[in-house]
Amino acid sequence: MSGAPPASIREDFAEILKLVRPGARVLDVGCEDGELLELLTHEKQVDGQGLEISAEGVARCVARGLSVVQGDGDRDLDHFPTRAFDYAILSKTLQQMREPRHVLSELLRIAEQAVVSVPNFGHWKVRWALLSRGRMPETGALPEPWWSTPNIHLCTLRDFVGLCDQLELRIDACASFGGGQPARAIDPRAPIENWRAETALFLLSRKREPEPAAAPPQNLFGEVDLPKADEPAPKKRPRRR
Amino acid sequence: MTAQGPIQAEFEAGGGTWRFPADRPLRLDSGARLAPLEIGYKTYGALNADKSNAVLVCHALSGDQHLASTHPVTGKPGWWDRFVGPGKPLDPERHFIVCTNVVGGCMGTTGPASIDPATGEAYGLKFPVITIRDMVRAQAMLIDAMGIDTLFAVIGGSMGGMQALQWASDYPERVFSVVCIAAAARHSAQNIAFHEVGRQAIMADPNWMSGAYLTAGVRPEKGLAVARMAAHITYLSEAALQRKFGRELQRDGLSWGFDADFQVESYLRHQGASFVDRFDANSYLYITRALDYFDLAAQHGGVLAQAFVGARRVKFCVLSFSSDWLYPTPESRDVVRALNGAGCRASFAEIQTDKGHDAFFLDEPLLDATLRGFLGAQAQARGLA
Repeated sequence: MSGAPPASIREDFAEILKLVRPGARVLDVGCEDGELLELLTHEKQVDGQGLEISAEGVARCVARGLSVVQGDGDRDLDHFPTRAFDYAILSKTLQQMREPRHVLSELLRIAEQAVVSVPNFGHWKVRWALLSRGRMPETGALPEPWWSTPNIHLCTLRDFVGLCDQLELRIDACASFGGGQPARAIDPRAPIENWRAETALFLLSRKREPEPAAAPPQNLFGEVDLPKADEPAPKKRPRRR
Repeated sequence: MTAQGPIQAEFEAGGGTWRFPADRPLRLDSGARLAPLEIGYKTYGALNADKSNAVLVCHALSGDQHLASTHPVTGKPGWWDRFVGPGKPLDPERHFIVCTNVVGGCMGTTGPASIDPATGEAYGLKFPVITIRDMVRAQAMLIDAMGIDTLFAVIGGSMGGMQALQWASDYPERVFSVVCIAAAARHSAQNIAFHEVGRQAIMADPNWMSGAYLTAGVRPEKGLAVARMAAHITYLSEAALQRKFGRELQRDGLSWGFDADFQVESYLRHQGASFVDRFDANSYLYITRALDYFDLAAQHGGVLAQAFVGARRVKFCVLSFSSDWLYPTPESRDVVRALNGAGCRASFAEIQTDKGHDAFFLDEPLLDATLRGFLGAQAQARGLA
């Protein structure tokens, strides 16, 4: 769109940047200090909204001109209306959710497509650490000891693909990265990738239309006339109105 | 846009009273018309050439237009002095900051203590019941008269936050950004209940005289002071009260009577007594009523999100305080969810503090950082920076 992205960006961000359509409506769940949202806004002119658990993170995002709500992916996705976004992004945090299955399902109710990255617990280094030392693995993708890791729901590539099948999600694209290797497109169902991929990034969509909104708690937020998901997203916001 | 009446054509630099001619009434939600309308206002800074740097700050229940300058009655600094000034998040060097006394108030804007042209005496209870929306409509009239088409920001805490939300709902094309601090989209049963205690205290004062006390030359000071005392408790938190006062005594030992033995009693008595010097009791009745009547969802068929469907281009910043039990965080979350539901882009944070509702007047570094960041980024988006 607007030339090559800056060289120093995180490799998963670089992959996400390739996937997102210019001008799209994007929800970034767990957006931290807004680095990815800012990148998407600059490079792809997205209309972005973030969800971030800490008030300090929100303050930093707001100072960057981003719209970010303090909230928690486990609890606060239910309140977003169906198809409010083109993409919902969850970067390396699904395994930290209390209910990853519900979160994944919600992402694809709120958005047309979900961009989700997960560390692969089937990676050979992980298997080797367990096999050779009998200890919980500490790898590049999973750097913390078991007693302080925020990762409570780890899965292998095969597990994740299985959950997608269960939720009737289509895998539109998949890339692996990590371990100093350049990112590459992979077939996540290929058994070898369950050994090779350190972290996998998925672009997902629903095979079928989502159920209607997960019943807002009261009609206070009831049905409103939302812009259609297929409406052309606004172009770059004018600097002045 | 600048249709000004014959009575006044120039704004006084820094503020004054703007008088609308009698043929330009304020149309009220109740159906009544209020004329002539006067609006007491203060301004800080100067309007830029393309009139894009105007900020409207909306005051809370007991506030007024003296945002950042010495209060003419109390001699104290403005109520948001720490936030408005050179180098501060609202900077008169960069922004044209407007603050108006609300309709129904008693600091220069037409209210129950103003003279009713029909009788030549103070309105008293003949003053029509007003709403938050009426307050906003009056502000819009003043902004029109100033020749300002779009406000860069509308900012308010508590009742001021409600006005800011009402602005976004009623005039979405006229606001670039909205900051709503420690507010709610409607008054809860508990909010109404506390206000009713305050109103009953005023009305139980024999000097209230069915609202006609000004004509009689007296004031229901005791009733108003009690109303203020009760309300003031709701502005603090239990933790803040405990930290400030605990069970500390005023003097050594108990009085074995009903003097203010405890420091907290003395503090509340002082709050009540100093309030009556600067506030009109009937204004207190009318403004608390306006708050109780406030329900933004009800104005839109019971669906709060519907209030904001026109405001998708407005940038919102909603903030709450963890220990605010007057307008607790879930109230702000409801606003944010409705904004998200309407497809608006909103930011929200709950600031951890034990200072209660009044934290927005106080030193809260994260509040400052968030507001400074939000206004700075929005100024850039607006081409002001």
